[in-house]
Amino acid sequence: MFTSIAEWFELARQAGSSLPDAVLRREMKETGADEAEIRRRVAEALEVMREAVREGLAIDTPSPSGLTGGRARRLAAEAPGLVGPTFTELLSRAIATLEVNARMGLIMATPTAGAAGVVPAVLFTMQERRGWTEEQLVDAMLIAGGVGAVIAERASIAGAGGGCQAETGSAAAMAAAAVTWLEGGSDEQVGQAIGLTLQGMLGLICDPVAGLVEIPCVYRNATAAVNAVAAAEMALAGMDFPIPVDQVIDVMGEVGRKMDVRFRETALGGLATTPAGQEIAAAAGMERLVQLQRKGRTAGESSARIGPS
Amino acid sequence: MTGLFDILGPKMVGPSSSHTAGACRLGYVVQAIIGGTPDTAKIGLHGSFAMTGEGHGTRKAIIGGLLGYRPDDVRLRDSFERADEAGLEFEFYETDLGEDAHPNSVVFEVTRDADRMTVRGCSIGGGRIRVQEIDGFPVDLKGTLPTIVVLADDVPGTVSKITGIIAERGLNLATVRVDRTGRGERALMTIETDGELPDDLFANLHDRSWVHWIRNVHRLNV
Repeated sequence: MFTSIAEWFELARQAGSSLPDAVLRREMKETGADEAEIRRRVAEALEVMREAVREGLAIDTPSPSGLTGGRARRLAAEAPGLVGPTFTELLSRAIATLEVNARMGLIMATPTAGAAGVVPAVLFTMQERRGWTEEQLVDAMLIAGGVGAVIAERASIAGAGGGCQAETGSAAAMAAAAVTWLEGGSDEQVGQAIGLTLQGMLGLICDPVAGLVEIPCVYRNATAAVNAVAAAEMALAGMDFPIPVDQVIDVMGEVGRKMDVRFRETALGGLATTPAGQEIAAAAGMERLVQLQRKGRTAGESSARIGPS
Repeated sequence: MTGLFDILGPKMVGPSSSHTAGACRLGYVVQAIIGGTPDTAKIGLHGSFAMTGEGHGTRKAIIGGLLGYRPDDVRLRDSFERADEAGLEFEFYETDLGEDAHPNSVVFEVTRDADRMTVRGCSIGGGRIRVQEIDGFPVDLKGTLPTIVVLADDVPGTVSKITGIIAERGLNLATVRVDRTGRGERALMTIETDGELPDDLFANLHDRSWVHWIRNVHRLNV
Protein backbone atom coordinates (compact mmCIF):
# COMPACT_ATOMS: atom_id res chain seq x y z
CA MET A 1 0.00 0.00 0.00
CA PHE A 2 2.03 3.00 1.22
CA THR A 3 5.34 3.11 3.07
CA SER A 4 4.43 6.23 5.02
CA ILE A 5 1.46 8.43 5.85
CA ALA A 6 3.38 11.29 4.23
CA GLU A 7 3.67 9.35 0.95
CA TRP A 8 -0.07 8.58 0.97
CA PHE A 9 -1.09 12.17 1.64
CA GLU A 10 1.36 13.53 -0.92
CA LEU A 11 0.10 11.16 -3.62
CA ALA A 12 -3.48 12.22 -2.89
CA ARG A 13 -2.49 15.89 -3.02
CA GLN A 14 -0.66 15.52 -6.34
CA ALA A 15 -3.54 13.59 -7.89
CA GLY A 16 -6.09 16.01 -6.47
CA SER A 17 -7.94 13.05 -4.98
CA SER A 18 -9.32 12.36 -1.53
CA LEU A 19 -7.50 10.10 0.95
CA PRO A 20 -9.90 7.15 0.51
CA ASP A 21 -9.62 7.53 -3.29
CA ALA A 22 -5.85 7.33 -3.04
CA VAL A 23 -6.19 4.04 -1.13
CA LEU A 24 -8.63 2.77 -3.73
CA ARG A 25 -6.33 3.70 -6.63
CA ARG A 26 -3.33 2.04 -4.99
CA GLU A 27 -5.25 -1.16 -4.24
CA MET A 28 -6.55 -1.24 -7.84
CA LYS A 29 -3.03 -0.82 -9.17
CA GLU A 30 -1.57 -3.51 -6.91
CA THR A 31 -4.29 -6.15 -7.33
CA GLY A 32 -5.90 -5.42 -10.68
CA ALA A 33 -9.34 -5.32 -9.07
CA ASP A 34 -11.71 -2.54 -10.16
CA GLU A 35 -13.26 0.13 -7.94
CA ALA A 36 -16.70 -1.46 -7.72
CA GLU A 37 -15.20 -4.82 -6.69
CA ILE A 38 -13.10 -3.25 -3.91
CA ARG A 39 -16.00 -1.17 -2.58
CA ARG A 40 -18.25 -4.23 -2.66
CA ARG A 41 -15.72 -6.26 -0.63
CA VAL A 42 -15.39 -3.46 1.91
CA ALA A 43 -19.20 -3.25 2.20
CA GLU A 44 -19.30 -7.02 2.78
CA ALA A 45 -16.67 -6.67 5.50
CA LEU A 46 -18.87 -4.03 7.16
CA GLU A 47 -21.81 -6.45 7.11
CA VAL A 48 -19.77 -9.16 8.86
CA MET A 49 -18.65 -6.59 11.44
CA ARG A 50 -22.19 -5.36 12.00
CA GLU A 51 -23.51 -8.89 12.44
CA ALA A 52 -20.73 -9.71 14.95
CA VAL A 53 -21.69 -6.68 17.06
CA ARG A 54 -25.35 -7.70 16.95
CA GLU A 55 -24.53 -11.30 17.86
CA GLY A 56 -22.17 -10.24 20.65
CA LEU A 57 -24.67 -7.94 22.33
CA ALA A 58 -27.09 -10.88 22.58
CA ILE A 59 -24.65 -13.36 24.15
CA ASP A 60 -25.83 -14.34 27.63
CA THR A 61 -23.75 -17.45 28.29
CA PRO A 62 -20.08 -17.87 29.25
CA SER A 63 -17.35 -18.46 26.66
CA PRO A 64 -15.87 -22.01 26.53
CA SER A 65 -13.18 -20.94 29.04
CA GLY A 66 -15.73 -19.20 31.25
CA LEU A 67 -13.55 -16.07 31.36
CA THR A 68 -15.90 -13.88 29.33
CA GLY A 69 -19.34 -14.03 27.74
CA GLY A 70 -22.34 -11.83 28.46
CA ARG A 71 -20.19 -8.82 29.42
CA ALA A 72 -21.26 -6.69 26.45
CA ARG A 73 -24.91 -7.35 27.20
CA ARG A 74 -24.47 -6.59 30.88
CA LEU A 75 -22.59 -3.38 30.16
CA ALA A 76 -25.28 -2.17 27.75
CA ALA A 77 -27.99 -2.91 30.32
CA GLU A 78 -26.37 -1.92 33.58
CA ALA A 79 -23.75 0.79 33.00
CA PRO A 80 -24.67 3.98 34.85
CA GLY A 81 -24.00 6.06 31.73
CA LEU A 82 -21.61 8.42 33.47
CA VAL A 83 -20.88 10.37 30.29
CA GLY A 84 -24.01 9.53 28.35
CA PRO A 85 -25.45 6.54 26.50
CA THR A 86 -23.20 6.87 23.42
CA PHE A 87 -20.15 6.16 25.54
CA THR A 88 -21.79 3.04 26.96
CA GLU A 89 -22.72 1.88 23.44
CA LEU A 90 -19.15 2.40 22.28
CA LEU A 91 -17.76 0.23 25.08
CA SER A 92 -20.37 -2.52 24.81
CA ARG A 93 -19.97 -2.82 21.03
CA ALA A 94 -16.19 -3.22 21.31
CA ILE A 95 -16.64 -5.97 23.89
CA ALA A 96 -19.42 -7.59 21.83
CA THR A 97 -17.16 -8.41 18.86
CA LEU A 98 -14.43 -9.82 21.08
CA GLU A 99 -16.95 -12.02 22.89
CA VAL A 100 -18.09 -13.41 19.54
CA ASN A 101 -14.44 -14.00 18.69
CA ALA A 102 -13.85 -15.89 21.96
CA ARG A 103 -16.53 -18.47 21.09
CA MET A 104 -15.31 -19.17 17.56
CA GLY A 105 -17.82 -16.78 16.04
CA LEU A 106 -17.38 -15.02 12.71
CA ILE A 107 -15.47 -11.72 12.84
CA MET A 108 -13.39 -9.50 10.58
CA ALA A 109 -9.81 -9.30 11.78
CA THR A 110 -9.38 -5.50 11.53
CA PRO A 111 -6.44 -5.53 11.66
CA THR A 112 -6.23 -8.69 13.82
CA ALA A 113 -8.71 -10.96 15.60
CA GLY A 114 -7.54 -9.79 19.03
CA ALA A 115 -8.22 -6.14 18.14
CA ALA A 116 -11.32 -6.77 16.03
CA GLY A 117 -13.68 -4.92 18.39
CA VAL A 118 -12.29 -1.41 18.05
CA VAL A 119 -13.01 -0.36 14.45
CA PRO A 120 -16.64 -1.60 14.35
CA ALA A 121 -17.44 -0.12 17.77
CA VAL A 122 -16.16 3.30 16.76
CA LEU A 123 -17.54 3.36 13.22
CA PHE A 124 -21.04 2.07 13.98
CA THR A 125 -21.42 4.26 17.05
CA MET A 126 -20.29 7.35 15.17
CA GLN A 127 -22.50 6.46 12.21
CA GLU A 128 -25.53 6.50 14.51
CA ARG A 129 -24.47 9.74 16.14
CA ARG A 130 -23.52 11.58 12.98
CA GLY A 131 -25.82 10.07 10.35
CA TRP A 132 -23.11 8.78 8.01
CA THR A 133 -24.32 6.90 4.93
CA GLU A 134 -23.12 3.39 4.05
CA GLU A 135 -21.00 4.85 1.24
CA GLN A 136 -19.32 7.16 3.74
CA LEU A 137 -18.72 4.17 5.97
CA VAL A 138 -16.94 2.42 3.08
CA ASP A 139 -14.73 5.53 2.72
CA ALA A 140 -14.05 5.37 6.45
CA MET A 141 -12.92 1.75 6.06
CA LEU A 142 -10.61 2.70 3.18
CA ILE A 143 -8.97 5.29 5.44
CA ALA A 144 -8.71 2.72 8.24
CA GLY A 145 -7.14 0.23 5.82
CA GLY A 146 -4.60 2.79 4.60
CA VAL A 147 -3.54 3.62 8.15
CA GLY A 148 -3.27 -0.06 9.14
CA ALA A 149 -1.20 -0.87 6.06
CA VAL A 150 1.32 1.89 6.81
CA ILE A 151 1.61 0.75 10.43
CA ALA A 152 2.08 -2.88 9.30
CA GLU A 153 4.89 -1.76 6.96
CA ARG A 154 6.70 0.57 9.36
CA ALA A 155 6.00 -1.03 12.73
CA SER A 156 3.71 -3.99 13.43
CA ILE A 157 0.04 -4.84 13.82
CA ALA A 158 0.67 -8.12 15.68
CA GLY A 159 0.84 -8.66 19.43
CA ALA A 160 3.71 -11.10 18.85
CA GLY A 161 5.55 -8.38 16.95
CA GLY A 162 4.95 -5.34 19.12
CA GLY A 163 2.63 -6.00 22.05
CA CYS A 164 -0.91 -4.70 22.44
CA GLN A 165 0.07 -1.20 21.30
CA ALA A 166 0.55 -2.84 17.88
CA GLU A 167 -2.86 -4.55 17.99
CA THR A 168 -5.44 -2.37 19.76
CA GLY A 169 -3.19 0.68 19.28
CA SER A 170 -3.19 0.20 15.50
CA ALA A 171 -6.92 -0.52 15.47
CA ALA A 172 -7.60 2.66 17.45
CA ALA A 173 -5.38 4.74 15.16
CA MET A 174 -7.24 3.34 12.14
CA ALA A 175 -10.60 4.23 13.68
CA ALA A 176 -9.49 7.69 14.82
CA ALA A 177 -8.25 8.59 11.34
CA ALA A 178 -11.50 7.36 9.76
CA VAL A 179 -13.67 9.42 12.11
CA THR A 180 -11.53 12.53 11.69
CA TRP A 181 -11.71 12.35 7.91
CA LEU A 182 -15.47 11.72 7.76
CA GLU A 183 -16.08 14.58 10.16
CA GLY A 184 -14.45 16.96 7.72
CA GLY A 185 -10.97 17.02 9.20
CA SER A 186 -8.10 18.13 6.96
CA ASP A 187 -5.44 15.66 5.87
CA GLU A 188 -3.21 17.16 8.50
CA GLN A 189 -5.83 16.58 11.17
CA VAL A 190 -6.19 12.96 10.06
CA GLY A 191 -2.45 12.56 10.63
CA GLN A 192 -2.74 14.28 14.00
CA ALA A 193 -5.51 11.86 15.01
CA ILE A 194 -3.21 8.89 14.32
CA GLY A 195 -0.36 10.44 16.31
CA LEU A 196 -2.64 11.46 19.17
CA THR A 197 -4.02 7.91 19.39
CA LEU A 198 -0.67 6.17 19.37
CA GLN A 199 0.98 8.53 21.87
CA GLY A 200 -1.63 7.41 24.38
CA MET A 201 -1.04 3.71 23.77
CA LEU A 202 2.75 3.46 23.41
CA GLY A 203 4.24 0.64 25.43
CA LEU A 204 1.03 -1.29 26.01
CA ILE A 205 1.98 -4.95 26.42
CA CYS A 206 0.23 -8.10 25.17
CA ASP A 207 -0.27 -10.42 28.15
CA PRO A 208 -3.23 -12.71 27.51
CA VAL A 209 -4.24 -14.68 30.60
CA ALA A 210 -3.90 -18.44 29.92
CA GLY A 211 -2.91 -17.47 26.39
CA LEU A 212 -6.56 -16.87 25.52
CA VAL A 213 -7.80 -13.90 23.52
CA GLU A 214 -10.15 -12.86 26.34
CA ILE A 215 -8.61 -11.26 29.43
CA PRO A 216 -7.58 -8.48 29.15
CA CYS A 217 -8.33 -8.34 25.39
CA VAL A 218 -12.10 -7.77 25.60
CA TYR A 219 -11.62 -4.79 27.92
CA ARG A 220 -8.59 -3.44 26.05
CA ASN A 221 -10.71 -3.26 22.92
CA ALA A 222 -13.19 -1.11 24.85
CA THR A 223 -10.56 1.28 26.21
CA ALA A 224 -8.85 1.44 22.80
CA ALA A 225 -12.17 2.50 21.23
CA VAL A 226 -12.33 5.32 23.79
CA ASN A 227 -8.79 6.36 22.87
CA ALA A 228 -9.77 6.50 19.21
CA VAL A 229 -12.73 8.81 19.81
CA ALA A 230 -10.69 10.98 22.19
CA ALA A 231 -7.96 11.40 19.57
CA ALA A 232 -10.46 12.27 16.82
CA GLU A 233 -12.15 14.80 19.09
CA MET A 234 -8.82 16.46 19.91
CA ALA A 235 -7.57 16.42 16.31
CA LEU A 236 -10.80 17.93 14.99
CA ALA A 237 -10.54 20.70 17.59
CA GLY A 238 -7.10 21.54 16.22
CA MET A 239 -5.00 20.06 18.99
CA ASP A 240 -1.64 19.63 17.37
CA PHE A 241 0.96 17.01 18.16
CA PRO A 242 4.42 18.27 17.21
CA ILE A 243 5.93 14.86 16.36
CA PRO A 244 5.10 13.96 12.72
CA VAL A 245 2.80 10.94 12.46
CA ASP A 246 5.31 8.67 10.67
CA GLN A 247 7.82 9.32 13.44
CA VAL A 248 5.23 8.37 16.07
CA ILE A 249 4.56 5.13 14.17
CA ASP A 250 8.32 4.45 14.05
CA VAL A 251 8.53 4.91 17.82
CA MET A 252 5.73 2.40 18.26
CA GLY A 253 7.71 -0.03 16.10
CA GLU A 254 10.89 0.56 18.09
CA VAL A 255 9.15 0.12 21.44
CA GLY A 256 7.64 -3.12 20.10
CA ARG A 257 10.97 -4.52 18.96
CA LYS A 258 12.60 -3.72 22.29
CA MET A 259 9.69 -5.10 24.29
CA ASP A 260 10.63 -8.26 26.21
CA VAL A 261 9.28 -11.37 24.47
CA ARG A 262 7.31 -12.17 27.65
CA PHE A 263 5.12 -9.18 26.86
CA ARG A 264 4.50 -10.13 23.25
CA GLU A 265 1.59 -12.55 23.21
CA THR A 266 3.51 -15.42 24.80
CA ALA A 267 1.42 -15.43 27.99
CA LEU A 268 4.72 -15.49 29.89
CA GLY A 269 4.47 -12.07 31.50
CA GLY A 270 2.23 -9.28 32.68
CA LEU A 271 -1.30 -10.17 33.79
CA ALA A 272 -0.82 -13.71 32.47
CA THR A 273 1.80 -14.57 35.08
CA THR A 274 0.20 -12.95 38.11
CA PRO A 275 -0.74 -15.55 40.74
CA ALA A 276 -4.38 -15.18 39.69
CA GLY A 277 -3.45 -15.45 36.01
CA GLN A 278 -1.50 -18.65 36.64
CA GLU A 279 -4.41 -20.11 38.59
CA ILE A 280 -6.70 -19.44 35.65
CA ALA A 281 -4.25 -21.12 33.27
CA ALA A 282 -4.00 -24.13 35.59
CA ALA A 283 -7.78 -24.35 35.90
CA ALA A 284 -8.01 -24.28 32.10
CA GLY A 285 -5.73 -27.35 32.03
CA MET A 286 -2.78 -25.62 30.38
CA GLU A 287 -0.15 -27.47 32.35
CA ARG A 288 2.77 -26.84 30.02
CA LEU A 289 2.04 -23.13 29.91
CA VAL A 290 1.89 -22.98 33.71
CA GLN A 291 5.24 -24.81 33.96
CA LEU A 292 6.82 -22.29 31.61
CA GLN A 293 5.21 -19.39 33.45
CA ARG A 294 6.68 -20.62 36.75
CA LYS A 295 10.11 -20.99 35.20
CA GLY A 296 9.92 -17.54 33.59
CA ARG A 297 8.74 -15.94 36.79
CA THR A 298 11.65 -17.37 38.76
CA ALA A 299 14.12 -16.18 36.11
CA GLY A 300 12.53 -12.74 36.06
CA GLU A 301 12.70 -12.41 39.81
CA SER A 302 16.32 -13.50 40.06
CA SER A 303 17.40 -11.12 37.30
CA ALA A 304 15.57 -8.35 39.13
CA ARG A 305 17.53 -9.19 42.26
CA ILE A 306 20.90 -8.96 40.55
CA GLY A 307 19.94 -5.91 38.50
CA PRO A 308 20.73 -2.31 39.47
CA SER A 309 18.93 -1.19 42.57
CA MET B 1 3.63 -5.83 0.75
CA THR B 2 0.49 -5.18 2.75
CA GLY B 3 -2.78 -5.10 0.82
CA LEU B 4 -6.03 -3.44 1.85
CA PHE B 5 -7.69 -6.74 2.72
CA ASP B 6 -4.75 -7.92 4.79
CA ILE B 7 -5.77 -5.09 7.12
CA LEU B 8 -9.55 -5.24 6.63
CA GLY B 9 -9.71 -8.97 7.26
CA PRO B 10 -9.51 -11.86 6.93
CA LYS B 11 -13.08 -12.78 7.61
CA MET B 12 -12.61 -15.60 10.05
CA VAL B 13 -13.92 -17.75 12.84
CA GLY B 14 -12.24 -16.61 16.08
CA PRO B 15 -10.37 -16.37 18.27
CA SER B 16 -6.88 -16.04 16.78
CA SER B 17 -5.62 -15.26 13.29
CA SER B 18 -2.44 -17.28 13.87
CA HIS B 19 -3.78 -20.12 16.03
CA THR B 20 -7.19 -20.54 14.35
CA ALA B 21 -7.25 -19.06 10.81
CA GLY B 22 -3.61 -20.01 10.06
CA ALA B 23 -4.08 -23.48 11.55
CA CYS B 24 -7.14 -24.03 9.36
CA ARG B 25 -5.22 -22.93 6.25
CA LEU B 26 -2.41 -25.39 7.02
CA GLY B 27 -4.93 -28.24 7.21
CA TYR B 28 -6.57 -26.96 4.03
CA VAL B 29 -3.29 -26.97 2.10
CA VAL B 30 -2.47 -30.49 3.29
CA GLN B 31 -5.80 -31.84 2.00
CA ALA B 32 -5.21 -30.01 -1.29
CA ILE B 33 -1.75 -31.55 -1.66
CA ILE B 34 -2.96 -35.10 -0.98
CA GLY B 35 -5.94 -34.56 -3.28
CA GLY B 36 -8.84 -34.41 -0.82
CA THR B 37 -9.78 -35.13 2.78
CA PRO B 38 -7.40 -37.78 4.09
CA ASP B 39 -8.52 -41.13 5.55
CA THR B 40 -6.13 -40.84 8.47
CA ALA B 41 -4.12 -37.97 9.94
CA LYS B 42 -1.48 -37.95 12.66
CA ILE B 43 -0.80 -34.36 13.62
CA GLY B 44 2.14 -33.21 15.73
CA LEU B 45 1.83 -29.79 17.37
CA HIS B 46 4.97 -27.86 18.29
CA GLY B 47 5.58 -24.89 20.56
CA SER B 48 2.79 -22.41 21.05
CA PHE B 49 0.44 -24.53 18.91
CA ALA B 50 0.82 -27.32 21.48
CA MET B 51 0.86 -25.03 24.50
CA THR B 52 -2.08 -22.68 23.94
CA GLY B 53 -3.74 -24.35 20.97
CA GLU B 54 -6.50 -25.93 23.03
CA GLY B 55 -8.01 -22.60 24.02
CA HIS B 56 -7.67 -21.22 20.50
CA GLY B 57 -9.50 -24.03 18.76
CA THR B 58 -6.25 -24.88 16.92
CA ARG B 59 -7.08 -28.60 16.76
CA LYS B 60 -10.62 -27.98 15.54
CA ALA B 61 -9.31 -25.51 12.95
CA ILE B 62 -6.70 -27.97 11.63
CA ILE B 63 -9.28 -30.76 11.30
CA GLY B 64 -11.70 -28.33 9.63
CA GLY B 65 -8.95 -27.43 7.17
CA LEU B 66 -8.37 -31.13 6.42
CA LEU B 67 -12.10 -31.37 5.68
CA GLY B 68 -11.65 -28.59 3.11
CA TYR B 69 -13.14 -25.77 5.19
CA ARG B 70 -11.84 -22.22 4.91
CA PRO B 71 -11.08 -20.00 7.95
CA ASP B 72 -14.49 -18.29 7.72
CA ASP B 73 -16.48 -21.54 7.79
CA VAL B 74 -18.45 -21.81 11.05
CA ARG B 75 -18.37 -25.61 10.68
CA LEU B 76 -14.85 -25.33 12.17
CA ARG B 77 -16.55 -25.23 15.57
CA ASP B 78 -17.73 -28.85 15.38
CA SER B 79 -15.17 -30.19 12.93
CA PHE B 80 -14.41 -33.22 15.13
CA GLU B 81 -17.97 -34.52 14.75
CA ARG B 82 -17.88 -33.76 11.04
CA ALA B 83 -14.59 -35.62 10.69
CA ASP B 84 -16.32 -38.74 12.05
CA GLU B 85 -19.04 -38.35 9.44
CA ALA B 86 -16.45 -37.84 6.69
CA GLY B 87 -14.51 -40.93 7.78
CA LEU B 88 -11.39 -38.97 8.74
CA GLU B 89 -9.55 -40.70 11.59
CA PHE B 90 -7.21 -38.33 13.37
CA GLU B 91 -4.87 -38.18 16.29
CA PHE B 92 -2.96 -35.26 17.82
CA TYR B 93 0.29 -35.44 19.74
CA GLU B 94 2.73 -32.90 21.11
CA THR B 95 6.11 -32.76 19.47
CA ASP B 96 9.37 -30.85 19.68
CA LEU B 97 10.69 -29.83 16.28
CA GLY B 98 13.71 -28.07 17.77
CA GLU B 99 14.64 -24.54 18.69
CA ASP B 100 14.82 -23.31 15.11
CA ALA B 101 11.23 -24.28 14.39
CA HIS B 102 8.65 -21.50 14.31
CA PRO B 103 6.64 -21.55 17.59
CA ASN B 104 3.43 -22.21 15.66
CA SER B 105 4.58 -25.28 13.77
CA VAL B 106 2.76 -28.48 12.86
CA VAL B 107 3.71 -31.72 11.18
CA PHE B 108 1.13 -33.90 9.39
CA GLU B 109 1.32 -37.57 8.47
CA VAL B 110 -1.70 -38.22 6.27
CA THR B 111 -2.98 -41.12 4.17
CA ARG B 112 -5.59 -41.13 1.43
CA ASP B 113 -6.37 -44.35 -0.45
CA ALA B 114 -2.91 -45.73 -1.29
CA ASP B 115 -1.16 -42.38 -0.84
CA ARG B 116 0.86 -41.45 2.20
CA MET B 117 2.41 -38.07 2.80
CA THR B 118 4.28 -36.04 5.41
CA VAL B 119 3.89 -32.26 5.42
CA ARG B 120 5.38 -29.69 7.75
CA GLY B 121 4.36 -26.05 8.02
CA CYS B 122 3.86 -23.09 10.31
CA SER B 123 1.48 -20.22 10.91
CA ILE B 124 3.44 -16.97 10.76
CA GLY B 125 0.85 -14.40 11.91
CA GLY B 126 -2.26 -12.65 10.68
CA GLY B 127 -3.52 -15.94 9.20
CA ARG B 128 -0.56 -16.22 6.85
CA ILE B 129 1.13 -19.62 6.56
CA ARG B 130 4.16 -21.31 5.13
CA VAL B 131 4.50 -24.96 4.12
CA GLN B 132 8.15 -25.83 4.57
CA GLU B 133 8.45 -29.52 3.78
CA ILE B 134 6.58 -32.14 1.75
CA ASP B 135 7.77 -35.76 2.06
CA GLY B 136 11.21 -34.59 3.11
CA PHE B 137 11.55 -32.15 0.20
CA PRO B 138 12.12 -28.55 1.34
CA VAL B 139 9.48 -26.23 -0.13
CA ASP B 140 8.29 -22.69 0.51
CA LEU B 141 4.59 -22.65 -0.20
CA LYS B 142 2.58 -19.68 1.05
CA GLY B 143 -0.70 -20.16 -0.74
CA THR B 144 -0.84 -16.50 -1.76
CA LEU B 145 -0.79 -17.52 -5.44
CA PRO B 146 -2.33 -20.51 -7.23
CA THR B 147 0.27 -23.26 -6.86
CA ILE B 148 0.93 -26.55 -8.61
CA VAL B 149 2.76 -29.25 -6.69
CA VAL B 150 4.22 -32.08 -8.77
CA LEU B 151 6.18 -35.18 -7.81
CA ALA B 152 7.92 -36.45 -10.91
CA ASP B 153 10.80 -38.70 -11.95
CA ASP B 154 14.02 -36.75 -12.10
CA VAL B 155 14.60 -37.19 -15.84
CA PRO B 156 15.86 -34.45 -18.18
CA GLY B 157 13.31 -32.00 -19.48
CA THR B 158 10.50 -32.48 -16.92
CA VAL B 159 10.55 -28.87 -15.76
CA SER B 160 10.45 -27.46 -19.28
CA LYS B 161 7.62 -29.84 -20.26
CA ILE B 162 5.45 -28.78 -17.32
CA THR B 163 6.19 -25.07 -17.56
CA GLY B 164 5.71 -25.26 -21.31
CA ILE B 165 2.20 -26.70 -20.91
CA ILE B 166 1.37 -23.92 -18.47
CA ALA B 167 2.81 -21.24 -20.75
CA GLU B 168 0.73 -22.53 -23.67
CA ARG B 169 -2.35 -21.54 -21.68
CA GLY B 170 -1.09 -18.00 -21.47
CA LEU B 171 -0.48 -18.23 -17.71
CA ASN B 172 2.41 -16.30 -16.26
CA LEU B 173 4.78 -18.13 -13.90
CA ALA B 174 5.62 -16.34 -10.67
CA THR B 175 8.10 -18.82 -9.14
CA VAL B 176 9.40 -22.30 -9.91
CA ARG B 177 11.15 -24.41 -7.33
CA VAL B 178 12.61 -27.89 -7.82
CA ASP B 179 14.10 -30.19 -5.21
CA ARG B 180 15.15 -33.78 -5.71
CA THR B 181 16.04 -36.76 -3.61
CA GLY B 182 19.08 -37.62 -5.72
CA ARG B 183 20.28 -37.75 -9.30
CA GLY B 184 17.84 -39.68 -11.47
CA GLU B 185 15.46 -40.32 -8.61
CA ARG B 186 12.50 -38.08 -7.84
CA ALA B 187 11.97 -34.33 -7.98
CA LEU B 188 9.32 -32.24 -6.28
CA MET B 189 8.29 -29.09 -8.10
CA THR B 190 6.26 -26.21 -6.73
CA ILE B 191 5.13 -23.76 -9.38
CA GLU B 192 3.31 -20.54 -8.50
CA THR B 193 1.30 -18.86 -11.25
CA ASP B 194 -0.45 -15.52 -11.60
CA GLY B 195 -3.82 -17.03 -12.51
CA GLU B 196 -5.92 -20.06 -11.47
CA LEU B 197 -5.27 -23.15 -13.57
CA PRO B 198 -7.93 -24.94 -15.60
CA ASP B 199 -8.66 -28.54 -14.54
CA ASP B 200 -8.07 -30.08 -17.99
CA LEU B 201 -4.48 -28.96 -17.73
CA PHE B 202 -4.12 -31.32 -14.81
CA ALA B 203 -5.77 -34.20 -16.63
CA ASN B 204 -3.18 -33.70 -19.35
CA LEU B 205 -0.26 -33.79 -16.93
CA HIS B 206 -1.66 -36.68 -14.86
CA ASP B 207 -1.31 -38.95 -17.86
CA ARG B 208 2.42 -38.50 -18.24
CA SER B 209 4.29 -41.62 -17.18
CA TRP B 210 6.96 -39.65 -15.34
CA VAL B 211 4.43 -37.77 -13.19
CA HIS B 212 3.73 -39.55 -9.87
CA TRP B 213 1.14 -37.05 -8.77
CA ILE B 214 0.16 -33.47 -9.47
CA ARG B 215 -2.09 -31.23 -7.37
CA ASN B 216 -3.65 -27.84 -7.71
CA VAL B 217 -3.47 -25.77 -4.52
CA HIS B 218 -5.88 -22.87 -4.91
CA ARG B 219 -5.11 -19.43 -3.58
CA LEU B 220 -5.91 -19.15 0.12
CA ASN B 221 -6.75 -15.49 0.50
CA VAL B 222 -9.89 -15.34 -1.63
